This record gives sequence, structure tokens and C-alpha cells, in this order.
Amino acid sequence: MSIDVATAAKVAKLARIKVEDDALPALAQEFNAILGFIEQLEEVDVEGVEPMVSVTPMALPRREDVVTDGNQQAKVLANAPDAREGFFSVPKVVE
Amino acid sequence: MSDLNALTIAAARDALRTGEVTSVDLTQACLSAIDAADALGAFAHKTPELALERAAAADKRIAAGDAPDMCGIPVGIKDLFCTEGVPSQAASKILEGFKPEYESTVSGKLRDAGAVMLGKLNMDEFAMGSSNETSVYGNAVNPWRAGNSDAALTPGGSSGGSASAVAADLCLAATGTDTGGSIRQPAAFTGTVGLKPTYGRCSRWGIVAFASSLDQAGPMTKTVRDAAIMGRAMMGHDAKDSTSANHGVPDFESMLTGNVKGIVIGIPKEYRMDGMPAEIEKLWADGTAMLKDAGAEIRDISLPHTKYALPAYYVIAPAEASSNLARYDGVRFGYRAKLAPGDGITEMYEKTRAEGFGAEVQRRVMVGTYVLSAGFYDAYYNRARRVRALIKRDFDEVFAAGVDAILTPATPSAAFELGKQVSDPVEMYLNDVFTVTVNLAGLPGVAVPTGLDRDGLPLGLQLIGKPWEEGELLNTAYALETAAGFVEKPTRWW
Repeated sequence: MSIDVATAAKVAKLARIKVEDDALPALAQEFNAILGFIEQLEEVDVEGVEPMVSVTPMALPRREDVVTDGNQQAKVLANAPDAREGFFSVPKVVE
Repeated sequence: MSDLNALTIAAARDALRTGEVTSVDLTQACLSAIDAADALGAFAHKTPELALERAAAADKRIAAGDAPDMCGIPVGIKDLFCTEGVPSQAASKILEGFKPEYESTVSGKLRDAGAVMLGKLNMDEFAMGSSNETSVYGNAVNPWRAGNSDAALTPGGSSGGSASAVAADLCLAATGTDTGGSIRQPAAFTGTVGLKPTYGRCSRWGIVAFASSLDQAGPMTKTVRDAAIMGRAMMGHDAKDSTSANHGVPDFESMLTGNVKGIVIGIPKEYRMDGMPAEIEKLWADGTAMLKDAGAEIRDISLPHTKYALPAYYVIAPAEASSNLARYDGVRFGYRAKLAPGDGITEMYEKTRAEGFGAEVQRRVMVGTYVLSAGFYDAYYNRARRVRALIKRDFDEVFAAGVDAILTPATPSAAFELGKQVSDPVEMYLNDVFTVTVNLAGLPGVAVPTGLDRDGLPLGLQLIGKPWEEGELLNTAYALETAAGFVEKPTRWW
């Protein structure tokens, strides 16, 4: 599998990371080196093997579906880059 | 008593209990050592006032007769752990200015046991790296140097600051985290002991997530006994982490008898790699002989899927990282990029993440995005998870056949020069070749210093144990440590 510049640009877009056009060829090359390394996995016979979900065979614990915590607005907002009137503030989301 | 900062946890604990020293004395000795060691780049955020406050409180507790093992012991905390009111930024620009309103379970357990936090320790950005060269704070440096050279060496990664601080006696011990070898590889590079517990032993709550199915916190210490003491204080069930296991935590220290008569040590043939340095071969053979002399039975074993551990890791870890790191978008905490007029929310995300994440983190997030994307999910991600199941099965079969622990080298070489391997990511990934299988299988592993290379640099061996049997594993490590008699320390140049 060879990654071209268009694919690299698409992956950057999906990852929500801005990559300038002139940096895309080098990025595509790095992807190719890493994916080339990963492709060794194709040698392994995985017929009938279930993909691992958890290393420990234990059921996910459940709790009562009740509120356990809350009323921490000030703490939740304490680290926000921009918070106003008790909300997180962001640029315009809808046109 | 001189050089209080050079004490082990065990020695300091005993001296505190007899009243021979105070925690304030110990803490001040460490703070002086830290201030004289900026050249090591080990501490990213120093918290001297907080430390002295906690030390004074610990002294009161001890005087009142309430002295848990870690009470009054000065430790460093890796920057990956969220610590209440203290900067915690996982060595990333994207968490600049972040001061958590909460304490991670593991650092909280240490705090509640009376341990004294000296500050936050340097690391690779988001724990992604094997040389501590991806940190926004700059490199951490190994206190050891090769022969007469003054070249700066890596302390390993990602827990490079932790390893450097423990080796240089800036603290009595430190916390680390290990996703592919990030406790054991730096321990081996600095002549210290690093324990990666069984997956689920230490709560991951409040530890900045890298790859959730692999990450595990553990102690980085000067001796195996200290790893037993500090490890016990860090472990235990936590309802806030759904992968935290509900197992009792025994008193590991009382299990350190040094008696390994009759236990079976497996030597896996697949860890004998092409081009492995003769020194590593010899180290491994010497360690095997030491355990045999101590009465252990040595058995050749096979772990046939070892070769595929690194490629599987470099699918699974980036996949999980791409998901975990999606939360860093400039909205709720940390860094937000300056926006141009007309920029909307997508531009805010893209610019914030481009400016906030370093090159290696961006690379791994994008690789993870790719292997999880439509059309490639089965070919890469699901295949890697199937291979992971086979790697775990290899270990299960060996343990079922009566092997108690497995002995391997910890690293393929001694510490290398900073700047030497950064150009080729795949080359850098090979540093974790002996450690990464343990994370994929969720097993406990410990690195023990057992020798020096021809340049006088420390080398370590790794012991891998059965799940939940850290006590037995540490006892075997204790026997190896005793037989190896490693006592060398770096010569002070900083």
C-alpha cells in the first residue's frame, strides 16, 4: 500500500490537524515507511482468531444509572481557554 | 547521615520511624539536589513549597505513630499524572497552562499515604517516544556518560525524567507509566529498577491517556525492595477506572525472600535477535547463570509471535491515541490557536492541533486515524488485534506448561546519544522490541540493572511474570539483583 499526497491530505483532514501543502509529500513518505513496517502483519495466519478486546477476561462493571456527581461548573470551566457566562466559548459553528 | 537524597525508600522509612531523620530533612536534601541538576532536564515543574508543606505534615503523622511505608518519602511524579492545582501537561504545548482540578488516583494514593511530591518530571510528549526527545520542555539527559566522553546520552523514554531523577538521586523514587516499555527501557538505560504491573493493577484514572488498553503506571526506584514498597502503595481497585481489577494487593516486600529454588525460568529463543550486540548476549547469559546458581530451573521456550509485536503495537497504540487525543481541540482546556478573521470552528481545531502537538504526536495521531479509517479498519486494526490475541496466547501456553517467569534483555543496547536516532521513526521504535510484548499481553514486567557495557554504561535484564503475581516476580528480580550486585552510580558532572 502506497500513500500518495492526496491520501495524506485526507488523513490530516480527518485527524483535524492542519498540514501545509508543501509538507504533504514528506508526510506521505513517513506514512509509507511506517505502514511498510506494519505490513509484516500480513504474514501471520489469523484465521479463526477473534480480535482481542481486553487482555483480562472480565465483564465491564456496571453501576446504577443515577447521578453520582455534579454541580461543579466552576471547576469544569476553570481551565477553558475562553469561557463566558458559565459556558465554553467557541467560534461560530453554524452558518 | 550524609546524602539523604541518595537513600532508598526502605532506608529512609526506617530512619524516619526511629526519628533519626525527618521528612523535612529528606525533602530539603532532594530540593537542593534538584536545584543543582537543571542540566539533567529531569524536573519540568518544581513544587518546593508544596513539598515542604507535605513533609512537615508527614513528620507530624510519623510523630503521632501513623507512618505508612511511603509516609515522608520524597518522590517525583511524571508529568502524565494529573495533580491538583499543579501544572500537568504531558510535556505537550497543547496542555500549556493546564492545572487540573483533580488528582489522579495513583498520585492521590501516594499523597494520602504521606509521600512528598517534589514536582513534575519530564517525559516524551504524551508518552510517545523512547528517548525523551519529543518533550516541549526540551530533552531530559542521562546522568551516566560513556567512558571519558562528555556526549549527552538519552535517559530513555518516555519516563526519561523519572529515570534520570532517580539515577541522579534527585528523589528517592518516581512514578512512571509504561505503554510499550516506557518504564523498563529508561530504567535499563539509567541503572535503576522499573516495574510495569499487570494491566489493571494501577488505576489509569487521572493519568493522561495515550493508548488505554496498554497504559499502566508503575514505580521507578533504586532497588527491587523499593519497587515492592512503592508499587504496593500505587496499586488497588478504583471504581473510577472500569478496567481496574478487583484483586487484593499483597505485601510484596514480605515476599522478598530471595529464594528461587525450583522455580522455572523460561528463556525465549525468539528474543535472540539478528545483530544483537555481543554484550547484550553476554549479559543475558550471565543473568541466566545467576538464576541457575540460585537454584532456579532454566528452560528454553518459544514465543513464536514475538516478531509481530512491534508492528501490532504500532497499529494499536496510534489507533487508541488518535481516539484519546481527539479531546485536545482548544475548547475545554489547554492551548487554543489564534484565529484569523472569518475562521470557524474547524479552522480552530486544525490550527490548535497543528500548533499544539509536536511532530511525533501528529505522526502517530494521523497513522491511527488512517488505520481506523473506512476501508482499512479490518486490514490494519482488526488484524493487529488478532495478532495481539496470538501474542497473548504464546505467553498463556508457556505459563500453563509450568514456566514461572521469563528472562530477556530489557533493551537492545545501552543508552545512545541524544539526537542519534531521531531521523528514523521506525529505527526508534525498535528500542521497545523486548518490552512491547508484555504490554500487548497485559503482563507484569520488571527491569533490573545487572551489568555495565564496555563504556561503563548500565545494562538491564527484564523478567516477565504471570498476571497478578508481581510478588513472585519481584522476588525473582530480588534474587537476580542480589546475585548481580549492581552498585555503580553515575559520576557527577552536572
